[in-house]
Amino acid sequence: MRRYFGRKLLIYGLTFFVAVTVNWMIPRFMPGDPVASMVARANVSQPEAVEAMRAYYSSLFGLDQPLLSQYGNFWGALLRGDFGTSIWLFPTPVSQVIGAAVPYTLALVVPSVLLSWVVGNRFGAYAARRKLLDNTVLPVGYVLTAMPYMWLAVLLAWSLGVIAGIFPVAGGYSFSMRPHLSWAFLLDLLHHWTLPFLSLFLVALGGWAIGMRNMIIYELESDYSTYLSALGAPDRLIRRYAFRNAVLPQITGLALQLGVIVAGALVTEIVFAYPGLGSLILKAIQNKDFFLLQGTFLFIVLGVLIANFIIDIVYVVVDPRTRAGMAGAQA
Amino acid sequence: MTTIQEAVPREPAAVRREALHFAVRNGKLMTGLVIVLALLLLGLFGPLLTGAAPNEYGPQPMSPPSGAHWLGTTTFGQDIFAQFVHGLRSTFVVGVVGGGIAAVIGMVVGFVAGYRGGILDEVLNMLTNVILVIPTLAVLLIINAYLGIRSVAVQGLFIGLTQWPWAARAIRAQTFSLRTREFVDLARMSGSGTGRIIAREIAPNMSSYLFMTFILLFGGSVLIASSLDFIGLGPTEGVSLGLMLQNANQWSALQLGMWWWFVPPGAAITAIVGALYVANVGLDEVFNPKLRET
Repeated sequence: MRRYFGRKLLIYGLTFFVAVTVNWMIPRFMPGDPVASMVARANVSQPEAVEAMRAYYSSLFGLDQPLLSQYGNFWGALLRGDFGTSIWLFPTPVSQVIGAAVPYTLALVVPSVLLSWVVGNRFGAYAARRKLLDNTVLPVGYVLTAMPYMWLAVLLAWSLGVIAGIFPVAGGYSFSMRPHLSWAFLLDLLHHWTLPFLSLFLVALGGWAIGMRNMIIYELESDYSTYLSALGAPDRLIRRYAFRNAVLPQITGLALQLGVIVAGALVTEIVFAYPGLGSLILKAIQNKDFFLLQGTFLFIVLGVLIANFIIDIVYVVVDPRTRAGMAGAQA
Repeated sequence: MTTIQEAVPREPAAVRREALHFAVRNGKLMTGLVIVLALLLLGLFGPLLTGAAPNEYGPQPMSPPSGAHWLGTTTFGQDIFAQFVHGLRSTFVVGVVGGGIAAVIGMVVGFVAGYRGGILDEVLNMLTNVILVIPTLAVLLIINAYLGIRSVAVQGLFIGLTQWPWAARAIRAQTFSLRTREFVDLARMSGSGTGRIIAREIAPNMSSYLFMTFILLFGGSVLIASSLDFIGLGPTEGVSLGLMLQNANQWSALQLGMWWWFVPPGAAITAIVGALYVANVGLDEVFNPKLRET
């Protein structure tokens, strides 16, 4: 048990370390000069002003110090929660810009991940024993998983938004509203949230359903199922055991898929101009705001790591073999 | 263990003949293959059919599909069919480069970790797990944004470099189960080196598995590339299907009702990736007698 978590924590720690190091290295070792491109973007013609800006940006990056202490400073600032200053929204700190966007992304990702997982597993489990359902779930599932996230989002926006006119196709809330706490505003939020949520939910759904279907079929053909049915156990009981065993790999799958799902959310947000991290990244790229980009990157990595760790804990709670196995010698 | 039968190597030609026999009769595999091949041919020969350059501005903006423009034109009069067929090419290039590189790295890491074991395995396994947890798109975002130079091949390269971990993990697990088999022991006793045993004994025995891994990596690369293109980090020269989607979105094709701009590229990506997945299931049935439907 302790060994299991020790290993996991080591991996997460290393991952975070690698991510931060990559994040620090890229602007320093990549061809092309981010400072130069930021200065160029400011469109200043006087040489003194250019020099002043260059010095300013260099000190912001800390580029005027030796590499090793730059690296140390980077970590120091990071641990103090200082992600630098946004250039696009100068002089707002990056952490503040990200903080404003995160609730929207979370509100989109968490429900779509959890719901698609639960519903997909249910569908898959049913499909495994009903031929009729199987013949529809399987092809639809394959089409859904093969779809690029943004394309489904575009199709939904076009059909339900533009043509049918049921849902708004852009923004997190109506332009005529200001964020405040009231039923009208909450309803408006929900109205804008529906389409992005739906597109994320649907794309992820197919994969879970197919995975569960395959696992259940595999479990139903295994020795313990055959043995149980030979003993005369009711089908319901056998299926319940099969479901329990099949769910475990799906939990691992959830951990592996997290990064992909978050990426999908970013792209979907861009389609709907939803005010979360995805739209922020687009703005950062368009405005060459590298501080903001790096900040969001670290934030996403941190989010994925935390989510993975939660899944690890859930896994131990759900799977007795991990508990038993990790206490013993097995790695 | 009942490995006596497996230890006797079967005639490779006979195995191949049997696989082919079931392959031709497998509906899923054939459907998937036909779709992918059709799109590949369209990508290869389509640009010859249409004289229009993909990014050239034409005189008839925003026209729906017609005889002159098979898939209509963009807001700037660019011929969408021309963009589409050129975009198909980039999609296949990204898939082959990204999937190929990821498969090669995954194979090397997986084979070595699985066969050698010990500390080397621990280290490689740790590395694999670390990279597995980092969200790929976030890394690619950062790299692409700074690099700026972006051809389709470079994009494929970077996608390949970030996508290998799960393949390495799967191949490691397979190698692990193969390395204790009799025929591997036999080869080891006869004095073959690690590389030779992996290349001659282990890899051929999971060639079907390796091929299927490549197919999945190919599909994954195509999807990741389309996301990158859509965010505005696509190739700076040329066209791709993701880039078409980005342009359509950026120039409000949705609100203008220009469905011919955003439906074909997305449909093509979905068709290619979906067909690959379905073909993969078919292949699985061909190679794994347990899964065959009678």
